[in-house]
Amino acid sequence: MLDQYIGVVLTFALAATVVGLMVSASMLLGPHKRAAMKDQVFECGNPPSGTARGRFSVRFYLGAIIFIVFDVEVVFLYPWAIVLRSLGVPGLVEMTVFIAVLGVALAYVWRKGALVWS
Amino acid sequence: MWADAGIAAATSLVVLLLVLSLCFVLLWVERKGSALIQDRIGANRANIFGGILPFNLGIVNTMIADPIKMFTKEDVVPADADKLLHFLGPFLAVFPVLVIFAVVPFGDVLVIGGHSVDLQAAHLDVGILYVLAMSGLAVYGIVLGGWASNSRWALLGAIRGSAQMISYEIAMGLALIGTVMTFGTLDLQAIARAQGAHLWGVVPAWGVLYQPLGFLIFLIAGIAESKRVPFDIPEGESELTCGFFTEYSGSKQACFMLSDFAEIVVVSGLVTTLFFGAWQVPFLARDGWHFPGGLTLAMPHLAIVALQVASFILKVLLFCCLQILVRWSLPRYRYDQLMDLGWKRLLPLALVNVLVTGIVIVLAG
Repeated sequence: MLDQYIGVVLTFALAATVVGLMVSASMLLGPHKRAAMKDQVFECGNPPSGTARGRFSVRFYLGAIIFIVFDVEVVFLYPWAIVLRSLGVPGLVEMTVFIAVLGVALAYVWRKGALVWS
Repeated sequence: MWADAGIAAATSLVVLLLVLSLCFVLLWVERKGSALIQDRIGANRANIFGGILPFNLGIVNTMIADPIKMFTKEDVVPADADKLLHFLGPFLAVFPVLVIFAVVPFGDVLVIGGHSVDLQAAHLDVGILYVLAMSGLAVYGIVLGGWASNSRWALLGAIRGSAQMISYEIAMGLALIGTVMTFGTLDLQAIARAQGAHLWGVVPAWGVLYQPLGFLIFLIAGIAESKRVPFDIPEGESELTCGFFTEYSGSKQACFMLSDFAEIVVVSGLVTTLFFGAWQVPFLARDGWHFPGGLTLAMPHLAIVALQVASFILKVLLFCCLQILVRWSLPRYRYDQLMDLGWKRLLPLALVNVLVTGIVIVLAG
């Protein structure tokens, strides 16, 4: 079964070579002329407004956590989806209960305002 | 074993060349297509060798001069940027997208001298899971690209871009569950073969007939993943300069552009494989044509393979053109509208799709 992955490994190696060459092409082929103005970040003409290592809004963190929860749900749905035909109605009822529980979670998150991005 | 590795290497090479050349062609199609849609001519001049030649083609401009220019420009890295991450960002933006195509079948079997070669770089049993895994890796490129630039605006674009990508990944994953339930397998070549059947003898049993809602959700989520208009806030062409890849020049910027076109090709390839019969030509089986009404025509094996590969490439091109058409026709979504679409509309719709498909399969068989 593991020898299925030879194709994957070879594609990885080929793609890594091609992309590595592409990314380093400018470093190898382009001129290297340093200038003070080039070292500053681009802010449409304003002087740089400070380092990027500051704070940003907590709703991105919330979004990531909610993503984890629903991604794990998707992971549980995949094996069930493959064997659905042999599980019959009891399997369908069980998974409906599971999805309903997660639907309640989605509704809670929705009502609490964690999905508000404005 | 060496023969297997050799065959795998050959198919991997073919697949990579296919994706890269389709990206290359799409550069030109996008420029000329957008020009046609906007009722202008587009690039049709190039000054070759100082005007000696009697023709000047825009195609030379776009497909030869532009790439050469991008690869030989200076690589400007801001002073406090993290050099390793600055290199890794574009790498991780392109690499996962290119390798997704390893599991997309571009044809049925090719029989050469008694050896039967599956026209797919890697015949994995878990093809769809591999696809979702690799598209999850692509988020890293965006985040690293924005973080490594050490620019507040690039970082903001990167964070919003990654939040958008992970939201639509759930919609993508859920939309595919309907397809997995219908065909009962994660193997993409098996799904492609299963779409060779004909309903009522006439209509090809393509995935879109079984899962129309799944197709729509997957297509919308795929376009959102690739951060194209109408979902291109992180890139924000008219707003934040280039968003998360403002601080990249030369070939690193070319890599981010390539990731854009490569994602178009990959989304088109997946939609074709799962919903539009992959390489299947209606009424064409492995040994020849089988028309309804009983007429059968035998055809040489190589001709059949060529027809099937051509049909795959044609379908992929069609969906790429559809995405280009969508890009130049629709205005951009505002960020909260975009996230609302992902979480509050596509996600519940996809869950409903899963439940309805499950009920139909279990009760109707």
